[in-house]
Amino acid sequence: MPPGENAGVVDIGDGWCAAFKVESHNHPSFIEPFQGAATGVGGILRDIFTMGARPIAAMNSLRFGTLEHTEHGRRNRALLAGVVAGIAHYGNAFGVATVGGEVAFDDAYALNPLVNAFALGLVRRDQIFFGKASGVGNPVLYVGAKTGRDGIHGATMASAEFDDEALEKRPTVQVGDPFLEKLLLEACLEAMRSGAVAGIQDMGAAGLTSSSCEMAARAGNGIELDLTLVPQREQNMTAYEIMLSESQERMLIVAHRGRERQLVDIFGKWDLDAVVIGRVTDSGNVVVKHHGERLAEIPSRFLTDEAPLYERSMKPGREGGGVDDERVAVGGGLDLVSPAPPTAPVFDESSAESLQNYNDTLRRLVAAPNIASKEWVYRQYDHMVRTNTAVLPGADAAVVRVKETRRALAMCLDGNGRYCAVNPREGARLVVAEAARNVVCVGARPLAVTNCLNFASPERPEVMWAFSEVIDGMSEACRAFETPVISGNVSFYNETEGRGIHPTPVIGMVGLIEDVRRIVQHGFKREGHVVALVGETGEDLSASEYEGTIEGRTFAEMTKAGGRVPRLDLERERAVQSVVLRAAEAGLLQSAHDCSDGGLAVALAESCFSSLGRRGIGASVELRGALSSVAHLFSETPSRIIVSFEESARTRIEELAAEANCPLQIIGSTGGTRLLVSANGTECIAQDINELETVWRTSLGDKLRAEVLAAAAE
Amino acid sequence: MKFGVIIFPGSNCDHDAYHVISKHVGQPVDFIWHRDTDLSGYDALIIPGGFSYGDYLRAGALARFSPVMGAVREFADEGGLVLGICNGFQILCEAGLLPGALIRNRELHFICRHVHVRVETTETPFTTALNSGEVLYLPIAHAEGNYFCDDATLEELQREDRIIFRYTDAGGEQKDEANPNGSRAAIAGICSRQRNVLGLMPHPERACEDLLGSSDGRGIFRSLANTLAALA
Repeated sequence: MPPGENAGVVDIGDGWCAAFKVESHNHPSFIEPFQGAATGVGGILRDIFTMGARPIAAMNSLRFGTLEHTEHGRRNRALLAGVVAGIAHYGNAFGVATVGGEVAFDDAYALNPLVNAFALGLVRRDQIFFGKASGVGNPVLYVGAKTGRDGIHGATMASAEFDDEALEKRPTVQVGDPFLEKLLLEACLEAMRSGAVAGIQDMGAAGLTSSSCEMAARAGNGIELDLTLVPQREQNMTAYEIMLSESQERMLIVAHRGRERQLVDIFGKWDLDAVVIGRVTDSGNVVVKHHGERLAEIPSRFLTDEAPLYERSMKPGREGGGVDDERVAVGGGLDLVSPAPPTAPVFDESSAESLQNYNDTLRRLVAAPNIASKEWVYRQYDHMVRTNTAVLPGADAAVVRVKETRRALAMCLDGNGRYCAVNPREGARLVVAEAARNVVCVGARPLAVTNCLNFASPERPEVMWAFSEVIDGMSEACRAFETPVISGNVSFYNETEGRGIHPTPVIGMVGLIEDVRRIVQHGFKREGHVVALVGETGEDLSASEYEGTIEGRTFAEMTKAGGRVPRLDLERERAVQSVVLRAAEAGLLQSAHDCSDGGLAVALAESCFSSLGRRGIGASVELRGALSSVAHLFSETPSRIIVSFEESARTRIEELAAEANCPLQIIGSTGGTRLLVSANGTECIAQDINELETVWRTSLGDKLRAEVLAAAAE
Repeated sequence: MKFGVIIFPGSNCDHDAYHVISKHVGQPVDFIWHRDTDLSGYDALIIPGGFSYGDYLRAGALARFSPVMGAVREFADEGGLVLGICNGFQILCEAGLLPGALIRNRELHFICRHVHVRVETTETPFTTALNSGEVLYLPIAHAEGNYFCDDATLEELQREDRIIFRYTDAGGEQKDEANPNGSRAAIAGICSRQRNVLGLMPHPERACEDLLGSSDGRGIFRSLANTLAALA
């Protein structure tokens, strides 16, 4: 299916397709976190069921300022709590499983939190619907909630920078009603099954204006609307208000002529309005009438495909690193990538070695909000409704089975603003690679990508340059993994008082598992299994979680210290992924876990921790090679996956690695109640798993307890 | 034996209950729309989880007035088996078919996770295939699951052996930390005086396959099917 529809659709076999998309609701969520996030979820769900697909899974990617910031900490915590409550409110009542996503903290987002919502639905291949106003003479129906004055100019608010008066814009945020959306879902799916629907489109940003123009333009037709007929919940609304209202839970349907009565009855069953407000014409124009007066007539394509294009100027950020202007966190060219092969470490070893307390370092890392368990967040989401969730939140990727088949879909959302700020092109490549690796870790073959591109003001040449670089990097990586980008959304003007966010592309990767019995999870399964590292660790501590949390460097300090992003070798990455995928599909793996934030030591600890109905299992691991201990333990080299397997599978897995020309090191075995890691012959880590797990599991909740109590008091 | 799953417009676990009855219990099952009032021909009804009419006021507060609930009351009075899960439990309490109320969780948040639940008695049509004292691993997903009743009701529930499930730890021990929502006497599920109406907050229909993390919920549906088979 071509892009430009409400969501992208991919074939998953057995006559089924998956429709999915990710979309931003950043600005509304900053102004009013609860409703902003809630309506973000509502909007993305509508995009999915507009295609005829029943939403079966949702995820979200959230970015906030740091929780313990001296000045903004309280607001950041309140934003997080509000956004999470809003997502829970909407998704839980609607009845979609919120199965995963990511939550990250960085002060670049203190004044511009990012709320990106993803949804995925299933549709039979021959039952996909399009937002097309086809069939001249067909009636145009308005269905769903009544139109009010809420959300007028919502879209233009969301496309401007913020200033002191941002909070005065609260009335431009819409209010969501998940119950109504649930009615709309069931009624729309029933209407589509009836065969009376020719085309359907949700009324999102810019409401009736954009939905009517888009539907008309896609079909090359015109639409004539009489606004007097639009169901309204407020009196004396002007045509302008009706056309621009962003009231939620509304759809525009083009019915087959003569079958409008049937649609009105179906919507009536669900207690929803369905009113004929116009018809499809052959004029190519959108005509708007109100109280018998002809108020607008404009060729629909002028507002869609033939809308004016921007030609923005571009200019690279500073070359050679060293960001001195802290207002603009955008880095320079390719020289900010770690040289390959790794030569002299950029990172200052002496200070780290002198700590000599790796146990303490590991404890602090697993307690760091970017790494700690996000249980406090995802426990508020119903992640099991519809009984499809085979891999619950907290894994590399979530897995949702497709009931009617043997298959399952894996999905994850990934972003890394810090890397993209240092080097947008390389950062984007790394993000795509990580997303693909994450779905591979649960045993899925990467299938397709959706993306949400969050940027500061495109009017600044360095932001526009970073935007262009990010797209080039993404496109290169997506080609390497053979994953088409099937849908997405761009969010510009994420800046407040002249401070922009990091360039933050968020990648939604969906993968396919042919047989649900071949799903792999990240937790060690039993004692006595072999632990191995697929891939190879390099000296990649720059711009890492270690540098941020343990060295206490801010982003500006990291770049001043010569911040670099790890070098991604796409060939190596593909080799690592193919070894793990082939081993998973052959049923050889007991566990697989991506090594990312916090490095190998953190990934090992996470594999040791308990999971659903399974106790924690220790491991003893020995790391060797020409690297410092710190690098062995905490380096964030990409293209690495920790796997475990039975001794009997060892030869076969070694063969797979050799065939793919991929490094594979046996690094230890599972067993006991402690995680023991030695590097270059020296014991570095000896931690009781249960104790470490408690730190990891409770850290985020503890930081937010104050907010919970405050909410209780209100 | 024939099952009916009642659909309120905001029910969202209706398909899950239907799936379990048709796939795992292997019995005929129909959806019943909230405006229907004819329940003849059904042997057991399931009121599924969800947000009946949006539940903005109070979970189940509007559902008790719906046309189908009048019929459910008659069905129950005549001894028909009624299983209310999550929102279904809330609706049964609001409708007066079960005593007490489900108030906001102790920590005020929606909670979705697996919990341990102890089977308190096998003396109900819903627990015959289980063992007394057996610990089940079942998911919960609710914001208002904190069971509350007055002292007299609690005393009556205890005296009449009507507390069917309690939150415990994995070892079956009743502890405050193992009580996820603050429920009085760690109550997770109760039955009516005639023992034919059961309401519980955990979701047994979400725990009928190992693929989903637990199949401990099957025992409840197996009990129900056994009871109906014995009656037939």
